[in-house]
Amino acid sequence: MLAKRIIPCLDVAEGRVVKGVHFVDLKDAGDPVELGGRYYREGADELVFLDITATVEKRKTVVDWVKRVADSIFIPFTVGGGISTVAQVHDLLRAGADKVSINSAAVKNPELLGEASRAFGSQCIVLAVDAKRTGAGWKVFVSGGRNETDRDALEWIRQGEELGVGEILLTSMDSDGTQEGYDLKLLRAVSQSIRIPVIASGGAGSPEHLLEALRVGADAVLAASIFHYDRYSIAEVKDYLAENSIPVRRN
Amino acid sequence: MIVVIDYKAGNLYNVGNALKYLKADFTVSGDPAVVSQADRVILPGVGSARAAMESLTEQGLVEVLQGLRVPFLGICLGLQLLFEVSDEDNTPCLGLLPGTVRRFDSSQIKVPHIGWNQVSGLDVSSQPPSILLKGIPEESFFYFVHSYFAPLVSPFTLGKTEYGSWFGSVVAQENFHGVQFHPERSGEIGLKVLQNFLEVQAS
Repeated sequence: MLAKRIIPCLDVAEGRVVKGVHFVDLKDAGDPVELGGRYYREGADELVFLDITATVEKRKTVVDWVKRVADSIFIPFTVGGGISTVAQVHDLLRAGADKVSINSAAVKNPELLGEASRAFGSQCIVLAVDAKRTGAGWKVFVSGGRNETDRDALEWIRQGEELGVGEILLTSMDSDGTQEGYDLKLLRAVSQSIRIPVIASGGAGSPEHLLEALRVGADAVLAASIFHYDRYSIAEVKDYLAENSIPVRRN
Repeated sequence: MIVVIDYKAGNLYNVGNALKYLKADFTVSGDPAVVSQADRVILPGVGSARAAMESLTEQGLVEVLQGLRVPFLGICLGLQLLFEVSDEDNTPCLGLLPGTVRRFDSSQIKVPHIGWNQVSGLDVSSQPPSILLKGIPEESFFYFVHSYFAPLVSPFTLGKTEYGSWFGSVVAQENFHGVQFHPERSGEIGLKVLQNFLEVQAS
Protein backbone atom coordinates (compact mmCIF):
# COMPACT_ATOMS: atom_id res chain seq x y z
CA MET A 1 0.00 0.00 0.00
CA LEU A 2 1.22 3.51 -0.78
CA ALA A 3 2.52 5.04 2.44
CA LYS A 4 1.74 8.55 3.60
CA ARG A 5 4.98 10.51 3.66
CA ILE A 6 6.56 12.27 6.63
CA ILE A 7 8.78 15.10 5.44
CA PRO A 8 11.00 17.14 7.74
CA CYS A 9 11.58 20.60 6.33
CA LEU A 10 14.85 22.43 6.74
CA ASP A 11 15.05 26.16 6.10
CA VAL A 12 18.51 27.06 4.91
CA ALA A 13 20.11 30.51 4.84
CA GLU A 14 23.62 30.91 3.48
CA GLY A 15 24.23 27.21 3.82
CA ARG A 16 23.03 26.88 7.43
CA VAL A 17 19.75 25.41 8.65
CA VAL A 18 17.47 27.88 10.40
CA LYS A 19 13.79 27.80 11.25
CA GLY A 20 11.54 30.76 11.02
CA VAL A 21 8.54 31.28 13.23
CA HIS A 22 6.11 33.25 11.10
CA PHE A 23 9.11 33.65 8.79
CA VAL A 24 10.97 35.94 11.20
CA ASP A 25 13.03 35.44 14.34
CA LEU A 26 15.36 32.80 12.96
CA LYS A 27 17.24 30.34 15.14
CA ASP A 28 20.33 28.48 13.98
CA ALA A 29 19.99 24.71 14.03
CA GLY A 30 22.96 23.38 12.07
CA ASP A 31 24.41 21.99 8.90
CA PRO A 32 22.05 20.81 6.10
CA VAL A 33 23.97 17.60 5.50
CA GLU A 34 24.27 16.82 9.19
CA LEU A 35 20.60 17.46 9.98
CA GLY A 36 19.37 15.95 6.73
CA GLY A 37 21.47 12.86 7.38
CA ARG A 38 20.04 12.51 10.85
CA TYR A 39 16.49 12.56 9.51
CA TYR A 40 17.43 10.13 6.73
CA ARG A 41 18.76 7.62 9.26
CA GLU A 42 15.75 8.15 11.54
CA GLY A 43 13.35 7.14 8.76
CA ALA A 44 12.20 10.35 7.10
CA ASP A 45 10.50 9.56 3.79
CA GLU A 46 11.74 12.67 2.02
CA LEU A 47 13.37 15.96 2.89
CA VAL A 48 12.54 19.48 1.83
CA PHE A 49 15.17 22.21 1.93
CA LEU A 50 13.92 25.76 1.53
CA ASP A 51 16.67 28.21 0.77
CA ILE A 52 15.75 31.50 2.38
CA THR A 53 19.04 33.27 1.70
CA ALA A 54 18.24 36.93 1.31
CA THR A 55 20.43 37.93 -1.63
CA VAL A 56 20.77 36.46 -5.08
CA GLU A 57 24.55 36.76 -4.83
CA LYS A 58 24.82 34.59 -1.73
CA ARG A 59 22.31 32.10 -3.10
CA LYS A 60 24.79 30.87 -5.69
CA THR A 61 26.34 28.61 -3.06
CA VAL A 62 23.14 26.52 -2.94
CA VAL A 63 24.43 24.08 -5.53
CA ASP A 64 27.38 23.26 -3.27
CA TRP A 65 25.39 22.06 -0.31
CA VAL A 66 22.78 20.41 -2.52
CA LYS A 67 25.60 18.30 -3.97
CA ARG A 68 26.82 17.43 -0.50
CA VAL A 69 23.31 16.39 0.53
CA ALA A 70 22.91 14.23 -2.59
CA ASP A 71 26.21 12.47 -1.90
CA SER A 72 25.10 11.12 1.44
CA ILE A 73 21.31 10.98 1.56
CA PHE A 74 19.55 8.25 -0.39
CA ILE A 75 15.96 9.38 -0.10
CA PRO A 76 14.29 11.97 -2.32
CA PHE A 77 14.76 15.60 -1.48
CA THR A 78 13.26 18.82 -2.77
CA VAL A 79 14.96 22.18 -2.94
CA GLY A 80 13.00 25.41 -3.07
CA GLY A 81 13.43 29.11 -2.51
CA GLY A 82 14.10 31.89 -4.97
CA ILE A 83 13.91 29.71 -8.07
CA SER A 84 12.84 31.75 -11.07
CA THR A 85 14.36 30.24 -14.20
CA VAL A 86 14.48 26.91 -16.02
CA ALA A 87 18.29 27.17 -15.86
CA GLN A 88 18.18 27.27 -12.04
CA VAL A 89 15.91 24.22 -12.01
CA HIS A 90 18.36 22.43 -14.26
CA ASP A 91 21.33 23.32 -12.03
CA LEU A 92 19.62 22.04 -8.90
CA LEU A 93 18.47 18.78 -10.50
CA ARG A 94 21.95 18.34 -11.88
CA ALA A 95 23.41 18.83 -8.42
CA GLY A 96 21.26 15.91 -7.26
CA ALA A 97 17.97 17.41 -6.05
CA ASP A 98 15.08 15.09 -6.95
CA LYS A 99 12.55 17.87 -7.12
CA VAL A 100 12.50 21.63 -7.20
CA SER A 101 9.76 23.72 -5.70
CA ILE A 102 8.75 26.97 -7.31
CA ASN A 103 6.73 29.65 -5.55
CA SER A 104 6.80 33.43 -6.16
CA ALA A 105 8.37 33.30 -9.61
CA ALA A 106 5.54 31.09 -10.87
CA VAL A 107 2.95 33.62 -9.69
CA LYS A 108 4.68 36.28 -11.78
CA ASN A 109 5.25 33.93 -14.71
CA PRO A 110 2.98 30.85 -14.63
CA GLU A 111 4.46 29.53 -17.87
CA LEU A 112 7.65 28.79 -15.92
CA LEU A 113 5.77 25.82 -14.45
CA GLY A 114 4.82 24.54 -17.89
CA GLU A 115 8.32 24.98 -19.27
CA ALA A 116 9.99 23.30 -16.32
CA SER A 117 7.51 20.42 -16.25
CA ARG A 118 7.97 19.76 -19.95
CA ALA A 119 11.74 20.02 -19.77
CA PHE A 120 12.33 17.81 -16.74
CA GLY A 121 9.06 15.94 -16.15
CA SER A 122 6.14 16.72 -13.86
CA GLN A 123 7.55 14.47 -11.16
CA CYS A 124 10.34 16.90 -10.33
CA ILE A 125 8.37 20.14 -10.31
CA VAL A 126 6.55 21.08 -7.12
CA LEU A 127 4.36 24.16 -6.93
CA ALA A 128 4.74 25.74 -3.49
CA VAL A 129 1.80 27.90 -2.49
CA ASP A 130 1.63 30.15 0.59
CA ALA A 131 -2.06 30.71 1.24
CA LYS A 132 -3.79 32.96 3.73
CA ARG A 133 -7.43 33.23 4.67
CA THR A 134 -9.19 36.32 3.35
CA GLY A 135 -12.95 36.55 3.65
CA ALA A 136 -14.54 33.42 2.24
CA GLY A 137 -11.45 31.92 0.64
CA TRP A 138 -7.66 31.95 0.59
CA LYS A 139 -5.33 34.27 -1.27
CA VAL A 140 -1.85 33.50 -2.56
CA PHE A 141 1.01 35.29 -0.82
CA VAL A 142 4.49 35.62 -2.26
CA SER A 143 8.02 36.62 -1.27
CA GLY A 144 8.19 34.41 1.79
CA GLY A 145 4.64 35.28 2.74
CA ARG A 146 5.25 39.02 2.87
CA ASN A 147 3.22 40.14 -0.13
CA GLU A 148 -0.44 39.51 -0.88
CA THR A 149 -1.49 38.87 -4.47
CA ASP A 150 -4.95 38.96 -5.98
CA ARG A 151 -4.84 35.28 -6.87
CA ASP A 152 -7.29 32.88 -5.29
CA ALA A 153 -5.30 29.96 -3.87
CA LEU A 154 -7.63 27.21 -5.10
CA GLU A 155 -7.75 28.61 -8.63
CA TRP A 156 -4.00 29.04 -8.69
CA ILE A 157 -3.40 25.48 -7.56
CA ARG A 158 -5.76 24.12 -10.22
CA GLN A 159 -3.90 26.19 -12.81
CA GLY A 160 -0.60 24.75 -11.57
CA GLU A 161 -1.98 21.24 -12.02
CA GLU A 162 -3.04 22.09 -15.59
CA LEU A 163 0.41 23.52 -16.31
CA GLY A 164 1.87 20.15 -15.43
CA VAL A 165 3.37 20.31 -11.93
CA GLY A 166 3.61 16.98 -10.13
CA GLU A 167 2.82 18.01 -6.57
CA ILE A 168 1.53 20.88 -4.47
CA LEU A 169 3.35 22.02 -1.35
CA LEU A 170 0.62 23.89 0.47
CA THR A 171 1.56 26.20 3.35
CA SER A 172 -1.04 27.95 5.43
CA MET A 173 0.28 31.36 6.41
CA ASP A 174 -2.30 31.50 9.17
CA SER A 175 -1.06 28.29 10.78
CA ASP A 176 2.63 28.44 9.98
CA GLY A 177 4.72 28.78 13.11
CA THR A 178 1.76 28.44 15.49
CA GLN A 179 2.23 24.71 16.16
CA GLU A 180 -1.55 24.58 16.65
CA GLY A 181 -2.27 22.35 13.69
CA TYR A 182 -2.58 22.60 9.92
CA ASP A 183 -5.38 24.62 8.29
CA LEU A 184 -7.63 21.62 7.72
CA LYS A 185 -10.30 23.53 5.81
CA LEU A 186 -7.76 24.74 3.30
CA LEU A 187 -6.23 21.31 3.03
CA ARG A 188 -9.58 19.60 2.49
CA ALA A 189 -10.61 22.15 -0.14
CA VAL A 190 -7.36 21.74 -2.06
CA SER A 191 -7.24 17.94 -1.82
CA GLN A 192 -10.74 17.69 -3.19
CA SER A 193 -10.12 19.97 -6.14
CA ILE A 194 -7.01 18.41 -7.69
CA ARG A 195 -5.73 14.98 -8.75
CA ILE A 196 -2.06 15.40 -7.84
CA PRO A 197 -0.50 14.82 -4.41
CA VAL A 198 -0.71 17.52 -1.75
CA ILE A 199 1.94 18.07 0.89
CA ALA A 200 0.49 19.81 3.95
CA SER A 201 2.65 22.45 5.57
CA GLY A 202 2.39 25.01 8.34
CA GLY A 203 1.27 24.51 11.91
CA ALA A 204 2.38 21.02 12.96
CA GLY A 205 2.95 20.91 16.70
CA SER A 206 2.13 17.30 17.56
CA PRO A 207 1.62 13.88 15.96
CA GLU A 208 -2.15 14.45 16.27
CA HIS A 209 -1.86 17.37 13.88
CA LEU A 210 -0.17 15.18 11.29
CA LEU A 211 -2.90 12.58 11.67
CA GLU A 212 -5.64 15.18 11.15
CA ALA A 213 -3.98 16.47 7.99
CA LEU A 214 -3.60 12.99 6.52
CA ARG A 215 -7.21 12.18 7.37
CA VAL A 216 -8.57 15.17 5.45
CA GLY A 217 -6.69 14.23 2.31
CA ALA A 218 -3.02 15.21 2.49
CA ASP A 219 -0.68 12.71 0.84
CA ALA A 220 2.29 13.88 2.83
CA VAL A 221 2.95 16.09 5.83
CA LEU A 222 5.76 18.58 6.18
CA ALA A 223 6.93 19.54 9.63
CA ALA A 224 9.86 21.39 11.09
CA SER A 225 9.78 22.43 14.72
CA ILE A 226 8.38 19.18 16.10
CA PHE A 227 11.41 17.35 14.73
CA HIS A 228 14.12 20.01 15.01
CA TYR A 229 13.87 20.46 18.74
CA ASP A 230 13.69 16.74 19.49
CA ARG A 231 10.15 16.96 20.73
CA TYR A 232 9.21 13.86 18.74
CA SER A 233 11.31 11.44 16.75
CA ILE A 234 10.20 10.40 13.29
CA ALA A 235 9.78 6.85 14.60
CA GLU A 236 7.44 8.02 17.38
CA VAL A 237 5.34 9.94 14.89
CA LYS A 238 5.15 6.95 12.54
CA ASP A 239 4.22 4.61 15.40
CA TYR A 240 1.41 6.93 16.36
CA LEU A 241 0.13 7.19 12.78
CA ALA A 242 0.32 3.41 12.28
CA GLU A 243 -1.70 2.87 15.49
CA ASN A 244 -4.30 5.10 13.90
CA SER A 245 -4.45 3.06 10.69
CA ILE A 246 -2.40 5.41 8.52
CA PRO A 247 -0.07 3.45 6.21
CA VAL A 248 3.51 4.52 6.88
CA ARG A 249 6.86 3.15 5.76
CA ARG A 250 8.78 1.42 8.51
CA ASN A 251 11.73 -0.38 6.95
CA MET B 1 33.46 -1.64 -15.82
CA ILE B 2 29.84 -0.75 -15.06
CA VAL B 3 28.33 1.57 -17.64
CA VAL B 4 25.44 3.83 -16.70
CA ILE B 5 23.73 4.68 -19.96
CA ASP B 6 23.54 8.38 -20.70
CA TYR B 7 20.66 8.98 -23.07
CA LYS B 8 20.16 12.66 -22.21
CA ALA B 9 16.78 12.00 -20.65
CA GLY B 10 17.26 10.77 -17.14
CA ASN B 11 18.67 12.12 -13.91
CA LEU B 12 21.84 10.07 -13.73
CA TYR B 13 23.46 11.86 -10.86
CA ASN B 14 21.80 10.03 -8.04
CA VAL B 15 22.38 6.60 -9.54
CA GLY B 16 26.01 7.65 -9.76
CA ASN B 17 26.00 8.87 -6.15
CA ALA B 18 24.62 5.54 -4.96
CA LEU B 19 27.22 3.60 -6.96
CA LYS B 20 29.96 5.80 -5.49
CA TYR B 21 28.62 5.12 -2.02
CA LEU B 22 28.76 1.39 -2.78
CA LYS B 23 32.35 1.90 -3.99
CA ALA B 24 31.50 0.57 -7.44
CA ASP B 25 33.67 1.54 -10.38
CA PHE B 26 31.48 2.97 -13.13
CA THR B 27 31.41 5.26 -16.11
CA VAL B 28 28.57 7.24 -17.66
CA SER B 29 28.37 6.86 -21.42
CA GLY B 30 26.07 6.82 -24.40
CA ASP B 31 28.73 5.48 -26.76
CA PRO B 32 27.75 2.10 -28.29
CA ALA B 33 31.42 1.04 -28.36
CA VAL B 34 31.73 1.64 -24.61
CA VAL B 35 28.37 0.05 -23.79
CA SER B 36 29.10 -3.09 -25.77
CA GLN B 37 32.35 -3.57 -23.81
CA ALA B 38 30.69 -3.12 -20.40
CA ASP B 39 30.60 -5.96 -17.94
CA ARG B 40 27.47 -4.55 -16.32
CA VAL B 41 24.93 -2.01 -17.64
CA ILE B 42 22.47 0.25 -15.86
CA LEU B 43 19.72 2.06 -17.78
CA PRO B 44 18.31 4.69 -15.43
CA GLY B 45 15.34 6.74 -16.37
CA VAL B 46 13.11 9.61 -15.72
CA GLY B 47 11.35 11.25 -18.62
CA SER B 48 9.17 9.98 -21.43
CA ALA B 49 9.38 6.68 -23.26
CA ARG B 50 9.21 8.41 -26.63
CA ALA B 51 12.12 10.78 -25.89
CA ALA B 52 14.17 7.95 -24.41
CA MET B 53 13.67 5.59 -27.36
CA GLU B 54 14.39 8.36 -29.86
CA SER B 55 17.57 9.18 -28.02
CA LEU B 56 18.66 5.53 -27.79
CA THR B 57 17.95 5.13 -31.50
CA GLU B 58 19.92 8.26 -32.45
CA GLN B 59 22.87 7.09 -30.39
CA GLY B 60 22.79 3.68 -32.06
CA LEU B 61 22.16 1.95 -28.76
CA VAL B 62 18.99 -0.04 -29.40
CA GLU B 63 20.57 -3.13 -30.93
CA VAL B 64 23.55 -2.92 -28.61
CA LEU B 65 21.25 -3.07 -25.60
CA GLN B 66 19.11 -5.84 -27.08
CA GLY B 67 22.20 -7.93 -27.71
CA LEU B 68 23.80 -7.54 -24.27
CA ARG B 69 24.82 -10.76 -22.50
CA VAL B 70 26.06 -9.04 -19.32
CA PRO B 71 23.91 -8.21 -16.27
CA PHE B 72 21.60 -5.34 -17.13
CA LEU B 73 19.45 -3.25 -14.78
CA GLY B 74 16.68 -0.95 -16.00
CA ILE B 75 15.45 1.53 -13.39
CA CYS B 76 11.97 3.12 -13.54
CA LEU B 77 11.54 4.10 -17.22
CA GLY B 78 14.48 1.73 -17.80
CA LEU B 79 12.23 -1.17 -16.72
CA GLN B 80 9.36 0.02 -18.92
CA LEU B 81 11.63 0.21 -21.96
CA LEU B 82 12.27 -3.55 -21.68
CA PHE B 83 8.70 -4.24 -22.83
CA GLU B 84 7.36 -4.36 -26.37
CA VAL B 85 5.46 -1.13 -26.41
CA SER B 86 4.53 1.80 -24.18
CA ASP B 87 1.18 3.54 -24.35
CA GLU B 88 3.13 6.74 -23.74
CA ASP B 89 2.86 8.22 -27.25
CA ASN B 90 2.41 4.63 -28.50
CA THR B 91 6.17 4.04 -28.45
CA PRO B 92 7.80 0.79 -29.59
CA CYS B 93 10.36 -0.16 -26.93
CA LEU B 94 13.19 -2.70 -26.67
CA GLY B 95 10.87 -5.70 -26.87
CA LEU B 96 12.85 -7.94 -24.53
CA LEU B 97 9.71 -8.70 -22.52
CA PRO B 98 6.21 -9.28 -23.87
CA GLY B 99 3.43 -6.84 -23.07
CA THR B 100 2.38 -3.21 -23.12
CA VAL B 101 3.20 -0.51 -20.58
CA ARG B 102 0.05 1.44 -19.70
CA ARG B 103 -0.87 4.67 -17.94
CA PHE B 104 -2.47 4.72 -14.50
CA ASP B 105 -6.11 5.72 -14.66
CA SER B 106 -6.22 9.25 -13.25
CA SER B 107 -10.00 9.08 -12.86
CA GLN B 108 -9.43 6.42 -10.19
CA ILE B 109 -6.17 7.34 -8.49
CA LYS B 110 -3.70 10.21 -8.28
CA VAL B 111 -1.18 10.20 -11.10
CA PRO B 112 1.83 10.14 -10.95
CA HIS B 113 2.22 7.39 -8.38
CA ILE B 114 4.61 9.18 -6.03
CA GLY B 115 5.95 7.82 -2.78
CA TRP B 116 6.89 4.73 -0.86
CA ASN B 117 5.05 1.56 -1.78
CA GLN B 118 5.52 -2.12 -1.07
CA VAL B 119 6.97 -4.85 -3.24
CA SER B 120 5.68 -8.40 -2.84
CA GLY B 121 7.40 -11.36 -4.38
CA LEU B 122 5.18 -13.63 -6.42
CA ASP B 123 4.46 -16.68 -4.30
CA VAL B 124 4.17 -19.04 -7.22
CA SER B 125 6.33 -22.02 -6.32
CA SER B 126 7.57 -22.44 -9.87
CA GLN B 127 8.77 -18.83 -9.95
CA PRO B 128 12.43 -18.31 -9.03
CA PRO B 129 12.70 -15.31 -6.68
CA SER B 130 14.52 -12.29 -8.05
CA ILE B 131 18.18 -12.22 -7.13
CA LEU B 132 17.75 -8.47 -6.78
CA LEU B 133 15.47 -9.05 -3.79
CA LYS B 134 17.87 -11.42 -2.02
CA GLY B 135 17.82 -10.71 1.72
CA ILE B 136 15.00 -8.18 1.38
CA PRO B 137 11.89 -8.79 3.48
CA GLU B 138 8.52 -9.27 1.79
CA GLU B 139 6.48 -6.09 1.47
CA SER B 140 9.45 -3.78 1.97
CA PHE B 141 8.84 -0.19 0.94
CA PHE B 142 10.63 1.42 -2.01
CA TYR B 143 10.35 4.87 -3.55
CA PHE B 144 8.29 5.13 -6.75
CA VAL B 145 7.68 8.04 -9.12
CA HIS B 146 5.91 7.14 -12.35
CA SER B 147 2.74 7.54 -14.39
CA TYR B 148 3.04 4.40 -16.53
CA PHE B 149 3.30 0.82 -15.31
CA ALA B 150 4.35 -2.60 -16.52
CA PRO B 151 1.91 -5.50 -16.85
CA LEU B 152 2.14 -8.71 -14.81
CA VAL B 153 3.66 -11.20 -17.22
CA SER B 154 4.45 -14.72 -16.09
CA PRO B 155 7.22 -15.88 -15.78
CA PHE B 156 9.05 -12.55 -16.07
CA THR B 157 7.38 -10.60 -13.27
CA LEU B 158 9.21 -11.37 -10.02
CA GLY B 159 7.85 -8.63 -7.80
CA LYS B 160 4.57 -6.75 -7.81
CA THR B 161 3.12 -3.60 -6.30
CA GLU B 162 -0.44 -2.39 -5.85
CA TYR B 163 -1.55 1.06 -6.90
CA GLY B 164 -5.10 1.07 -8.18
CA SER B 165 -4.34 -2.40 -9.48
CA TRP B 166 -1.28 -4.66 -9.36
CA PHE B 167 1.65 -3.97 -11.64
CA GLY B 168 5.07 -5.50 -12.20
CA SER B 169 7.69 -3.73 -10.08
CA VAL B 170 10.53 -6.25 -10.42
CA VAL B 171 11.10 -8.12 -13.68
CA ALA B 172 13.78 -10.34 -15.14
CA GLN B 173 14.45 -12.21 -18.36
CA GLU B 174 17.82 -13.95 -18.34
CA ASN B 175 20.46 -11.21 -17.87
CA PHE B 176 17.91 -8.36 -18.12
CA HIS B 177 16.57 -7.07 -14.81
CA GLY B 178 14.27 -4.17 -14.13
CA VAL B 179 12.90 -2.35 -11.11
CA GLN B 180 10.11 0.20 -11.31
CA PHE B 181 11.13 1.88 -8.05
CA HIS B 182 14.25 3.98 -7.56
CA PRO B 183 16.76 1.90 -5.60
CA GLU B 184 19.05 4.94 -5.46
CA ARG B 185 16.35 6.89 -3.57
CA SER B 186 14.96 4.07 -1.43
CA GLY B 187 17.26 4.34 1.58
CA GLU B 188 19.31 1.45 2.88
CA ILE B 189 17.02 -1.17 1.39
CA GLY B 190 17.33 0.37 -2.06
CA LEU B 191 21.11 0.40 -1.79
CA LYS B 192 20.86 -3.31 -0.91
CA VAL B 193 19.02 -3.95 -4.21
CA LEU B 194 21.77 -2.14 -6.10
CA GLN B 195 24.40 -4.11 -4.21
CA ASN B 196 22.56 -7.32 -5.14
CA PHE B 197 22.68 -6.28 -8.78
CA LEU B 198 26.42 -5.61 -8.52
CA GLU B 199 26.82 -9.18 -7.27
CA VAL B 200 24.80 -10.82 -10.07
CA GLN B 201 27.16 -13.26 -11.79
CA ALA B 202 27.72 -12.71 -15.48
CA SER B 203 26.69 -15.84 -17.36
